[in-house]
Amino acid sequence: MDLLEYIELVINDYTLRTITLGTAILGAVTGMLGSFAVLRKQSLLGDAISHAALPGIAIAFLLTGAKESNTLLLGALVSGLIGTFWIRGIITKTHLKSDTALGLILSLFFGFGMLLLTFIQKQPNANQAGLDKYLFGQAATLVESDVWLMAIVTGLCLFVLLLFWKEFKILLFDKDYAKTLGFNTKTIDILITSFIVLAIVLGLQTVGVVLMSAMLLAPAAAARQWTNNLSVMVFLAAFFGAFSGVFGTAISATQNNLSTGPVIVIVASVFVMFSFIFSPNRGLLFRQIRFIKNRRDLELHKTLSFMFNIAKTHENISHPHTIKILNNFQGYTKGTLKKLVDKNYVTLNGNMWSLTQEGFETASNLYNQQFKKDE
Amino acid sequence: MSNKIAVQVDDLTVAYNYKPVLWDIDLEIPEGVLMAIVGPNGAGKSTLIKSILGILKPIAGSVSIYGKSYDKQRSLVAYVPQKGSVDWDFPTTALDVVMMGTYGSLGWIKRPGQKQKKAALEALEQVGMLPFKNRQISQLSGGQQQRIFLARALVQDASIYFMDEPFQGVDATTEIAIINILKALRKANKTVIVVHHDLQTVPEYFDWVTFLNVKKIATGPVKDIFNDDNLTKTYGINYKVSIHK
Ligand SMILES: Nc1ncnc2c1ncn2[C@@H]1O[C@H](COP(=O)(O)OP(=O)(O)OP(=O)(O)O)[C@@H](O)[C@H]1O
Ligand SMILES: [Mg+2]
Repeated sequence: MDLLEYIELVINDYTLRTITLGTAILGAVTGMLGSFAVLRKQSLLGDAISHAALPGIAIAFLLTGAKESNTLLLGALVSGLIGTFWIRGIITKTHLKSDTALGLILSLFFGFGMLLLTFIQKQPNANQAGLDKYLFGQAATLVESDVWLMAIVTGLCLFVLLLFWKEFKILLFDKDYAKTLGFNTKTIDILITSFIVLAIVLGLQTVGVVLMSAMLLAPAAAARQWTNNLSVMVFLAAFFGAFSGVFGTAISATQNNLSTGPVIVIVASVFVMFSFIFSPNRGLLFRQIRFIKNRRDLELHKTLSFMFNIAKTHENISHPHTIKILNNFQGYTKGTLKKLVDKNYVTLNGNMWSLTQEGFETASNLYNQQFKKDE
Repeated sequence: MSNKIAVQVDDLTVAYNYKPVLWDIDLEIPEGVLMAIVGPNGAGKSTLIKSILGILKPIAGSVSIYGKSYDKQRSLVAYVPQKGSVDWDFPTTALDVVMMGTYGSLGWIKRPGQKQKKAALEALEQVGMLPFKNRQISQLSGGQQQRIFLARALVQDASIYFMDEPFQGVDATTEIAIINILKALRKANKTVIVVHHDLQTVPEYFDWVTFLNVKKIATGPVKDIFNDDNLTKTYGINYKVSIHK
């Protein structure tokens, strides 16, 4: 199937369109919020929240017998919030490290949730079919109203983000300082965390408890590689998340039997890997290239300054010298000489070289160049 | 220096766990002094500043700034945290960090504009960091990061400055530049309180000093109380080195 055909299918097929839209919006909102989790080094937070949501789903089912997603997700929201605020409580009250608190709540709630799920499955008359979809997600069960809900939450989140941008930023960077300026950091913190819980709960139906945290982390971690600007990072994370949703859905829709959630997560992870290797400033590849280039530049500069030291003993800096004397200098190769000529620092005449005015100036400025790069 | 009291601390006791790290501190800091807080690692110097600034909640005691609670007077106070307290890999620039100094006067929601940017640029200029304004903060050296923090506090245009080890990791030239800025602040009748580790330079830089080690050992003018006796009491070991000029 080619791209155009697929796009046509998305437009015309209700189910596919719903899933595509749903996963795109979900990816955008989790990517956006994930940036905050990543920058606060709370990578495990998403995992803890999504696992903490599981018992809520089971309890909501036991209490109401309902199978439709809204009721169950409300249960997930409540237990997700309880789990999150317990984590906060544990961290502030007991001085346990935050990853300890996160791990503790994660296992406690998830264990309890699994217990309830097996209990439900043992019930003779329960129409339990479908509850386990929240473990690994089942995008195919998305309906239009689910997508609307996601869209509304995303819109709200975007609005709050824009409104309190400065407050979020200062909280992320320097919480204590923000406090001394009079910002109620607790309120800002609760606001961000609540949105993260909300976004995770909304994703449970599509991606599931187990993989949900990847939706939060992967787009943000990938985005961080490409920029040193917070707004750009949040925007990129949203974009990567949305793209993972759309692309993941496309793969799973065209390859029968591949479930959507894991495919989306894999696409997002590919983004991460790609970014870690290929991003221009922080990526491994370019860092290596830069390293090699720096080493070459250094060799070039060393040769140039060697020539400079010879040239400056003469009144006329462009006084020609024989190439032979360069052989005394260990860093010298024919290649470096050619590069110096290319840069117009040196001119050659037979087997004589002479420094140009430009070469002379460059060499004398070599060691106080640092500032220039910043202008 | 006038007779007004800029900062008053009464019976302050602070604990993170069970054991208090600050014990029953009474402290009066007169307006217009340049004061060093000295004491060994873990003495509670940072904790004292954080408690005065309301970052930490004491288990007992009270703090007042010009006679009123910190909450009412926060616009008069600026803070330079210990450099290691933040993640310098945060995606932002030097200028942006300095702009944060204006957030307090802006209050909630309002964004910084041209006026704030101008103030931030001036502060950067003052600490000699203007050429680095667009640098990603992780690409600054330790001493440069320290100067960025100083600039951020200068932007706050406060009356009282609390600085936690502003000389940490800076070279001799930068140290002189910073101390000159601090002295200029004092000249403008600002009160400057600095956590300081280099005992050698205390008499040269400061006119007021507080010795702290869980308890307050002594506080007062450098010329009166900066002596071997107080140093020994604070640092435990016998202070034979006479560090007066
Ligand atoms: N967040 C914390 N939780 C528990 N204990 C803490 C915490 N921060 C500091 N402490 C303890 O409180 C005491 C005082 O710490 P503080 O940071 O105020 O010392 P300091 O005088 O600033 O030391 P330094 O010179 O090393 O900066 C130390 O014993 C320290 O271990
Ligand atoms: Mg300290």
